[in-house]
Amino acid sequence: MATTIADDLRPMHHPKTWVGKYVWSQDHKVIAIQYGVTAIAIGLVALVLSVLMRLQLGFPGLFPWIQPENYLQYVSMHGMIMVVYLLTALLLGGFGNYMIPLMIGARDMVFPFVNMLSYWIYLLSVLVLVSGFFVPGGPTGAGWTLYPPQAISEGTPGNQWGIVTMLGSLAIFIIAFTMGGLNYVTTVLQARTRGMTLMRMPLTVWGIFIASIMGLLAFPALFVAAIMMLLDHLLGSSFFMPAMMTMGQESNTQGGSPLLFQHLFWFFGHPEVYIVALPAFGIVSDLISVHARKNIFGYRMMVWAIVIIGGLSFLVWAHHMYVSGMNPYFGFFFATSTLIIAIPTAIKVYNWLLTLWRGDIHLRVPMLFAIAFLFTFIHGGLTGLFLGNVSVDVPLSDTFFVVGHFHMVMGVSPILVIFGAIYHWYPKITGRMWNETLGQVHFWVTFLGVYAVYLPMHYLGILGVPRRYYALGETSFIPESAHLANEAISVAAIIVFAAQFLFFYNMIWNLLRGPKADPNPWGAASLEWQTPQTPPGHGNWGPHLPTVYRWAYDYSVPHASRDFIPQNEPPSAEAPSEEAAL
Amino acid sequence: MDHVTTSQLEPRDAAQGIQSIAADWSADQEVFRHTHWGKAMMWIFLLSDTFIFSCFLTAYMTMRASASLPWPNTAEVFALSIGGQPIPLILIAIMTFVLISSSGTMALAVNYGYRGDRRKTAALMFATALFGATFVGMQAFEWTKLIVEEGVRPWANPMGAPQFGASFFMITGFHGLHVTCGVIMLLIVATLVLRGHYDRTGDYSAVEIAGLYWHFVDLVWVFIFAFFYLW
Repeated sequence: MATTIADDLRPMHHPKTWVGKYVWSQDHKVIAIQYGVTAIAIGLVALVLSVLMRLQLGFPGLFPWIQPENYLQYVSMHGMIMVVYLLTALLLGGFGNYMIPLMIGARDMVFPFVNMLSYWIYLLSVLVLVSGFFVPGGPTGAGWTLYPPQAISEGTPGNQWGIVTMLGSLAIFIIAFTMGGLNYVTTVLQARTRGMTLMRMPLTVWGIFIASIMGLLAFPALFVAAIMMLLDHLLGSSFFMPAMMTMGQESNTQGGSPLLFQHLFWFFGHPEVYIVALPAFGIVSDLISVHARKNIFGYRMMVWAIVIIGGLSFLVWAHHMYVSGMNPYFGFFFATSTLIIAIPTAIKVYNWLLTLWRGDIHLRVPMLFAIAFLFTFIHGGLTGLFLGNVSVDVPLSDTFFVVGHFHMVMGVSPILVIFGAIYHWYPKITGRMWNETLGQVHFWVTFLGVYAVYLPMHYLGILGVPRRYYALGETSFIPESAHLANEAISVAAIIVFAAQFLFFYNMIWNLLRGPKADPNPWGAASLEWQTPQTPPGHGNWGPHLPTVYRWAYDYSVPHASRDFIPQNEPPSAEAPSEEAAL
Repeated sequence: MDHVTTSQLEPRDAAQGIQSIAADWSADQEVFRHTHWGKAMMWIFLLSDTFIFSCFLTAYMTMRASASLPWPNTAEVFALSIGGQPIPLILIAIMTFVLISSSGTMALAVNYGYRGDRRKTAALMFATALFGATFVGMQAFEWTKLIVEEGVRPWANPMGAPQFGASFFMITGFHGLHVTCGVIMLLIVATLVLRGHYDRTGDYSAVEIAGLYWHFVDLVWVFIFAFFYLW
């Protein structure tokens, strides 16, 4: 109903100054890049923290400035930054902002001003988070799960100030995400162009759309948990705090329920896994289809699988709590619901493989990353089946098996997709082309490197090596080979870390000096490649919005003159629209 | 479908309804035809906000069920002495009445807005804001009484479980914050109405959007009232 849907540029925000265009911008593309750059910058901090952890684990005692409390702080900050401030912000704030309007044929998000506020509040949350490194006592060392009572009790690093900056930053982040998420959802529902039905949207938009809805429903639980723990800490209330002895003294708290926090946290925490995974699922579907020159196999099944995974992910949270002391009968329910998720997920994996099957596969860098995702995701998914079962999970809980599992399935997998997506859309976003050789080297070192890092962790976990331990020390059950494996993992991790600078060099150098890119170098059919300008100009579409006649996957259509038909190409005798073909 | 009341609905009409929903969702451009974007966004926000209040109330129920000290008797704690006689829940009954009444004036404001009656719309919105401010004022009185006279604190209270005060201040405080934001929003929109802003744009949707939020805040209060004061 609002006027931007018509071919009318008047109500749009038209910045005149440099500051209005690039700083206080309301253009979804600029906001997306602001989100992306901020997320990657804070992600680099988390990457450095992970290297510090590996230095300590691989070579204990060699770095005397890494004390036990520092190690715990690295673990906590690394986890929270990677999950929330990098992956969520980059996939939804970054790719969501950039891709939704372009892929559905809109000029911008429905409320550009709210969208801009979303970024600046996100930036504030990042600054509050970073301030944790500078407050007395340093950032929190409670683990990224922040379980009370230990998170706010004497003896945990950062239990005075670090935990306050962490919880405050999370609450601010949730406000920022809500502003963005409302925009993404409303834009997809209400601002599509002529001919763009929901079932013609690229799967990237579907993944981001469902993930945004999930974020709007899951983050409230974290918000409530953060507020309650802040009150426990600052006002001395007893929401999560039972009566206990700390440092030989009785606490002033009583009757609170630590388990309640775990329920609230994981009611957010498990959907969060899929908030990160669904956009990656969507993007990888598009990468595979474009670079295999084949329509995505089972598009409707893919859409419904995304929707069903989104729904089911709200019913499985307590599989993170099998050893928490909750009622054991819950384990039965949550193990069942967890294993049911394997069905829609397996449908997606089969459909990706069947899209590749007999495709005209071009092994360019984005495609390599997409295929690598299939490896790591299947791998992480299979170990997820182990951990979803109560009886297998109990002995594996809090071991390196868990670390290997979740890094494979929700760490490495989405990151590989993000790399693939950046390589894939870089020519459209910047108008320049990156260097193929550097990209290939970056890919192979990263892909083989992450296997060298995470595969041995599963072995360590089965040996019983616990996670979050500063040093293993003298133990009878951990053989010498575990220490050797730890050293090897650390060396591999440092090599992978170093290889990322090839990526940054490739991206930054070619931004300035790279060859001009073709507007549609991959021959992709979806709408974002059909913009009149590259990079797309303000308002995206020039004087007239595009009209969509077909789905986003018309590749290698028999009798067509090219091996792809753009979504906005009208049907003709040689290229009938999908309805005519059906 | 405008003239069909629920009692007259036949199976065929229901089937038609389902068909038109399916048609809306499979159409291009907009799922909710001719719906103001702001209105769609407000509905989605309210869904998200529902989850926040649900989490607060579920957490409260869990704490109340598992608290190690007895829960204070709400009929006594929330009683007000009038003429030497303690009357249970009298203050909260008045507060609830005020807030529910404000929903009535808000609904009238939306109606007059769509008729383009600038003065009546603005007057009714100011009345709604006044009811809202009265509610917050009485809440401040209630908090003061609990803190000063009864000695209730977030960390302890003389009557029993410390979770009582903590969850009471947290949840009613969060709701009061919502009401305060709503009052500010109503005042802004009402001023714009009075200045004729929406007559110039020809679109009174902002009144309805503010109204949606206001009715939501009222609805949440009904649940807080039931779970806190009547349980």
